[in-house]
Amino acid sequence: MKFDNLSLELLNTISDLTKIPEGAANIRLDGEAVIRNSSENVTITPREDGQGFIMEVKPGTRETVHVPVLLTKTGLQETVANTFIIGENSDITIIAGCGIHNPSHADSRHDGVHEFIIRPGARLKYIEKHYGQGQGKGKKIFNPTTKISLQIGASAEMEMTQIKGVDDTFRSTIAYIEDKASLKIVERLMTDGDQEAKSDVQLNIIGRGGSGQILSRSVARDKSIQVFRAALVGRVECTGHVECDSIIMDNARISSIPELVAEDSEAVLTHEAAIGKIAGEQLVKLMSLGLTEQEAVDVILDGFLR
Amino acid sequence: MLKLENLYMTVDGDNGTGREIIRGLNLEFERGKIYAITGPNGGGKTSIAKLVMGIFKPNSGQIYLNDEEITNLSISERAHRGIIYAFQQPPRFKGLTIEDLIKIARPGIDQLALRGTMRDVGLCPEDYLLRDVGPGLSGGEMKRVEIAQVLARSAEVTIFDEPEAGVDLWTIQKLIGILYSKFKDNPDSITIIITHNENILRICDEIIVIQNGLVQARGTREEIWHLIKDDVECKMKEQCGELLTYEI
Ligand SMILES: Nc1ncnc2c1ncn2[C@@H]1O[C@H](COP(=O)(O)OP(=O)(O)O)[C@@H](O)[C@H]1O
Ligand SMILES: [Mg+2]
Repeated sequence: MKFDNLSLELLNTISDLTKIPEGAANIRLDGEAVIRNSSENVTITPREDGQGFIMEVKPGTRETVHVPVLLTKTGLQETVANTFIIGENSDITIIAGCGIHNPSHADSRHDGVHEFIIRPGARLKYIEKHYGQGQGKGKKIFNPTTKISLQIGASAEMEMTQIKGVDDTFRSTIAYIEDKASLKIVERLMTDGDQEAKSDVQLNIIGRGGSGQILSRSVARDKSIQVFRAALVGRVECTGHVECDSIIMDNARISSIPELVAEDSEAVLTHEAAIGKIAGEQLVKLMSLGLTEQEAVDVILDGFLR
Repeated sequence: MLKLENLYMTVDGDNGTGREIIRGLNLEFERGKIYAITGPNGGGKTSIAKLVMGIFKPNSGQIYLNDEEITNLSISERAHRGIIYAFQQPPRFKGLTIEDLIKIARPGIDQLALRGTMRDVGLCPEDYLLRDVGPGLSGGEMKRVEIAQVLARSAEVTIFDEPEAGVDLWTIQKLIGILYSKFKDNPDSITIIITHNENILRICDEIIVIQNGLVQARGTREEIWHLIKDDVECKMKEQCGELLTYEI
């Protein structure tokens, strides 16, 4: 399989890959799995309808797996469902991400439904970047749905970043956290122009000693709109924290709606939400070190979303 | 030479009226000297520093650096002309590390120099290099980070705004040693330190007392000690919890 330069560039942007990765990998290009490699301990099998895969990781495995998706054909719209079953006590890094190149006037859309079943004692690090490019009027749309179930003592850290160029996104994330399991979700989002982004995250802590964390950082520029709902539900003795921090610029609009639900007197849940513009003092400080105002803005935003 | 000529500045006061906080200020600073600016709170010391850096614009008057008028230059342009200001209350940045900021202050600085500068201000690089300049740092740590940037940048005109505030005594002593070796009798630099610290005053060639937006007095430490003694001793007491006296 040879990728053209455009696909390679997209691949590099969303997953830092410069060549086809070794080990288990699934690369989807324009609606087809063009690379599907299993390894000794990680098997990737297609779903019956062909639209997605099931990945099974054997207990005790330590491995990094790449599962990027690329859309370069104009006007392509697809729905893909993937299931990840992470075996007991394994330690897995999954690098996902989706890049759309759409130069035309027809919309391109990728709706990914990801389900994670993380078995007792397993650890998962999941990294996902969404990126759109192309000058046409056609929108680049992502609607990811993520379901996560963390079994006893499992832990996961999920980093989801929407770098730029995504016109429309509605992400929905729901998790169930069992005894002593922990989940940390880190979301980073930047919108500009007329883009809209909605994110709904709900963490249900259903096992004693479970913990959940949602950290969201976002920047909204121009006329873009962002809506965040972050809900933590503590059904038992547990800890949880939500932090939504946004920089607003130009004529953008941001709604940040944290919600805490405690159903047990031993549940300790906290939230912090802040929306504000770049502080004048920050700009002035960086300009006094020789940066122009525009350079100062870029440094501040890059740092904030890092 | 840095020259402030007949500067006036007004800020928005209560009930919509302007309040004049700098009222016809004339000052000259020569290369090779360390100047102290002292005087009561609210006197206009920080405003003078911000006028020099270009953060504040005067309503009238001129500022010259080596005979070039810089009154209308932007902050960045002044930075490139060789002016640097260590803020009294430096802002925090979420997501930027101490290393990032020092590298912005001094592009291309090598690791050895970077670490050396951090040690100079009492920040152990192993612990601090990658720390966020965010809400996790204390006020005193923020001051040290600020001073480190300014030391790393190495400018012609260097202004420190109460470098002693919030910094522990041991670090102040060390810092004074560094200021002394870097700036004392350095023919290439004009150093201005806004301070209430007696030990810092001792390394300065000249002391300028600012009150009500004007120069109240100017001279060597011996010449004006009687004017500032109470203010300095009071500030030192606030900082140290007891009055420390030094022989003059
Ligand atoms: N940005 C500002 N807006 C309004 N008033 C200000 C501003 N900056 C300073 N001032 C006022 O100007 C006066 C001088 O302040 P400053 O220069 O900070 O004094 P100092 O550094 O000597 O304590 C004070 O009364 C202060 O309240
Ligand atoms: Mg001041």
